[in-house]
Amino acid sequence: METLGGLLTQALHVMLVLVAAPLVLGCTRWLKARMMGRRGASPWQPVRDFSKLLRKRPVLAENASAVSEVAPYVGVVATLVAVAMVPSFAQGMAFAPLGDLLLVAGLLALARVALALAGMDVGTAFGGLGAAREMSFASFAEPALLVSVLSFAILAGSTNLDLVAATFRDGQLGLRVSLALAGIAMLAVAVAENARIPVDNPATHLELTMVHEAMLLESSGRHLALWEFQAALKLELWLALLAAVFLPFGAAPAGAGPLAWALGLGAWLVKMAGFILALAVFESAIAKMRVFRVPEFLGAALLLALLAAALLFVSTGLA
Amino acid sequence: MLTALSLVIGGLLLLGLAAVPLARRPAGVRVVHGGCVVACLLLVVLAAWALLAGGGGVLALPFGPPWGRALLALDGLSAWFLLLLGVTGAIASLYAMAHPAAQPGAVPPFPLFLAGMAMAVVAADAFTLMFGFELMSLASWALVAADHQQAENRRAARLYLMMAALSAACLVPAFGLLAGHAGGFSFAALRAAPPTGWLAGGVLLLGLLGAGGKAGLAPLHVWLPLAHPAAPSHVSALMSGAMTKVALYVLARLLLDLCGPAQPLWWGVPLLVVGACTAVLGALRANLEDDTKVLLACSTIENVGLIAIGLGLALAFRGADLGPLAALAAGAALLHALNHGVFKTLLFLVAGSVLHSAGSRRIDRLGGLIHAMPVTAGCALVGIAAAASLPPLSGFASEWLLLQALLAGWRTGDIGFQVLAAAGTALAAMAAALAAAAMVRLFGLVFLGRPRTPRGAGAHEVGRLERWALIIPAGLTLLLGLLPGPLLGLAQPALVALLGPAAMAPARGFALLGGNGEVAAWYLPLALLLVLLVAGLLVALAVRARSPLETRRGPVWNCGFINPPDFLPFGDPLSQPTAGGIAQPLRRMLGTSLLGAREAVDMPRPGETRAAGYTASFADPAFGWLVLPAARLRDAVAAQCEKLRDFTIRRCLSLGFGTLLALLALLAWLEAH
Repeated sequence: METLGGLLTQALHVMLVLVAAPLVLGCTRWLKARMMGRRGASPWQPVRDFSKLLRKRPVLAENASAVSEVAPYVGVVATLVAVAMVPSFAQGMAFAPLGDLLLVAGLLALARVALALAGMDVGTAFGGLGAAREMSFASFAEPALLVSVLSFAILAGSTNLDLVAATFRDGQLGLRVSLALAGIAMLAVAVAENARIPVDNPATHLELTMVHEAMLLESSGRHLALWEFQAALKLELWLALLAAVFLPFGAAPAGAGPLAWALGLGAWLVKMAGFILALAVFESAIAKMRVFRVPEFLGAALLLALLAAALLFVSTGLA
Repeated sequence: MLTALSLVIGGLLLLGLAAVPLARRPAGVRVVHGGCVVACLLLVVLAAWALLAGGGGVLALPFGPPWGRALLALDGLSAWFLLLLGVTGAIASLYAMAHPAAQPGAVPPFPLFLAGMAMAVVAADAFTLMFGFELMSLASWALVAADHQQAENRRAARLYLMMAALSAACLVPAFGLLAGHAGGFSFAALRAAPPTGWLAGGVLLLGLLGAGGKAGLAPLHVWLPLAHPAAPSHVSALMSGAMTKVALYVLARLLLDLCGPAQPLWWGVPLLVVGACTAVLGALRANLEDDTKVLLACSTIENVGLIAIGLGLALAFRGADLGPLAALAAGAALLHALNHGVFKTLLFLVAGSVLHSAGSRRIDRLGGLIHAMPVTAGCALVGIAAAASLPPLSGFASEWLLLQALLAGWRTGDIGFQVLAAAGTALAAMAAALAAAAMVRLFGLVFLGRPRTPRGAGAHEVGRLERWALIIPAGLTLLLGLLPGPLLGLAQPALVALLGPAAMAPARGFALLGGNGEVAAWYLPLALLLVLLVAGLLVALAVRARSPLETRRGPVWNCGFINPPDFLPFGDPLSQPTAGGIAQPLRRMLGTSLLGAREAVDMPRPGETRAAGYTASFADPAFGWLVLPAARLRDAVAAQCEKLRDFTIRRCLSLGFGTLLALLALLAWLEAH
């Protein structure tokens, strides 16, 4: 029964994230447009974009290699498998034993490397620029992420996402300063990883904001659709990850029935809506920073995460 | 089994002698390297046998130093590193068979190099170990100096020889301290009398300097990016893949095994700190170098640092009585040593193939090789993905274990060590991400894009034998990534040798396990691969169902830059990123503070007709702070010694007499105590 429930929730979860990914992106864009006084495209616009791009014939540069054709699939599959491990409405899904935070980081790195290689495949100036910047930012984001994971590992005794989420939901952890600090660090990493303001501007192709979009300039048709979908999945993954770790309330425990799933789904939608709203407000209120200020931004996140871990050392030492 | 092992080593030594006449003809060179392949495969078989069935026993050779006989033994730890040596040695020798035209001077030392490493790994007394270690150093020095017509190679060989001498000058006293305390040179005798107090501290310091310097731990890593690229490619592969591991083996043998299990928690701290700094420094340098083999050598420094972190954590956890975590950390170090040995061998051989085929090691003269050399590019892709520690390849499995060990560092309960482990986590993660950036830069610039020179555009795929020498390590890298669990099961005797009989490999079946005793995290590479493949198939089917149109080729878009004119067959060179350009973000973000990187733009004033210039450079701080002062000190001492020549006979005699008196006084003092 437990196995069956796990398989069923896993299948439902994958379908949910596939449907929700373009919506998360669309809602963020729509909310941002509303806040800036524009009417904004419908939240379904990304879905329309994807289906339009899929119908178009992909054009590859004359000297493009197989990397350009295969990399989009690698990127999407790695991100999809990673997001399939992040619990949404229910815990104890079939992939739960696989769902390790380090593995999620590794799969995101796999997608990142695929994207960077695709950006460098044709040998254009912008692709190389974007790839170099993306990989450089990751060298600051990854330590901050891993040290945040250290805080969870201390509190939950594990890096398994399902166990962390279950511990944080059931355990009497209360409000902890260290978790709040780790949360801020994770938010900063999420902003950087998703190429959002203030690290990168997802809405422009200006040279100064050339990070994520710069690598996609040579993609078209289904390759571009796959990359755009990968970006949407990654945004959803980070928001779901933050929700699963810091706001695990309402998610159905392992082995629960459909009623609990429905409740969990509602709770997840509310949490995601909250995060989208927060992201839109944050992006509307802040300006893009210079590329070479990003290390300071992510370095601050790393320091916060280290501070969180140090606080935990002190508190566990006292206890 | 030990007899067979000693025969194999003896055979390698004889092969080295026989290579002197054989090296004159290509067929003879092939015979020598073929013999090395056979010997290395025999080493693999013996090592696997010892790991599976238990090595047991000590073999006393019928010769040795004046006071005894040379001892050989094949316990778990020796067998694990012998396995690594056999695998990398066989691949490198196979590759060498494909290039019989290489410098004839590089042929005879090669079997001796292999024999020295094997002897150092299976030695069971300090003398034999040092003999093998020095044979390895000298043979590899001869290999580095093989192409001595070039001044830079001579310089690299000289620095390398100095560093090898420094290693010996530290390791011999380290073993001397142990042996003087224990009253014997055999490992059994040393083990029976573990050092304590300042003696233990001295052994730790000397071992770190000696073996760590040979392995490439900061700040003694400076020789590595110079010496490894100077040697022929298959030798560079072996130096990076196996020789640094032999040095780490000596470090592990000395600190974890011979110094006994009763060392305190802080013993792991120097290794942890040095390893973390080394890892970041090496990975950062790999991002700034613009020579393929130098880049790979810097990546070796990074990986050596990661392995040192694992060994340091194992020492610390053992000191804190956390047996399962010590096994986790030591398992991570052992697995990473093997994984790195295989994928770095692969990458160095790829660099060698690129050098032969496209005529250059400089990244700025290569490009677009994936079209001319598809098989090499595919193998290189496997190698860089493993070096970038991407799942499900081999580098990720061992780095997962290492990070799990680092994330458990807080369990020691000592707040100082907890903070260190947290900082170590950050640095290890940064090193991994920097390594990924370096590997993307390497592959993207060498294999992707357009050719940058006519010579690079004329590249061709490598021959059949060479191709197999690349495909085999690439396949092994895939396999090691998928089967880390059974491999760690195989490494169980090595863990027992390091940590005592209670050590349990952090693996069950095909899974890797993290956590202290009770299982707290899993890594299931086979299940992950299955999920990835199924998801990939479904995504591809779904996308192709919605998007049936075939791709079309067209001119590159490049944001509307115009197509290059016909007289620029490689396109406008300025519109393609260069090695320096890709390095720019990291050079500015980290390089200026850590490596003293500088950029200078030489912009002609309006009206001037000369070209604008841009130069970027960096200086490894270890060079300026360590090597140059050491060289100045050497010159000063030499100048002082030169003055001795001018002494009168009276002063010369009084010097000798004074020395005699001082020695007698020392003897009297020692007798009194």
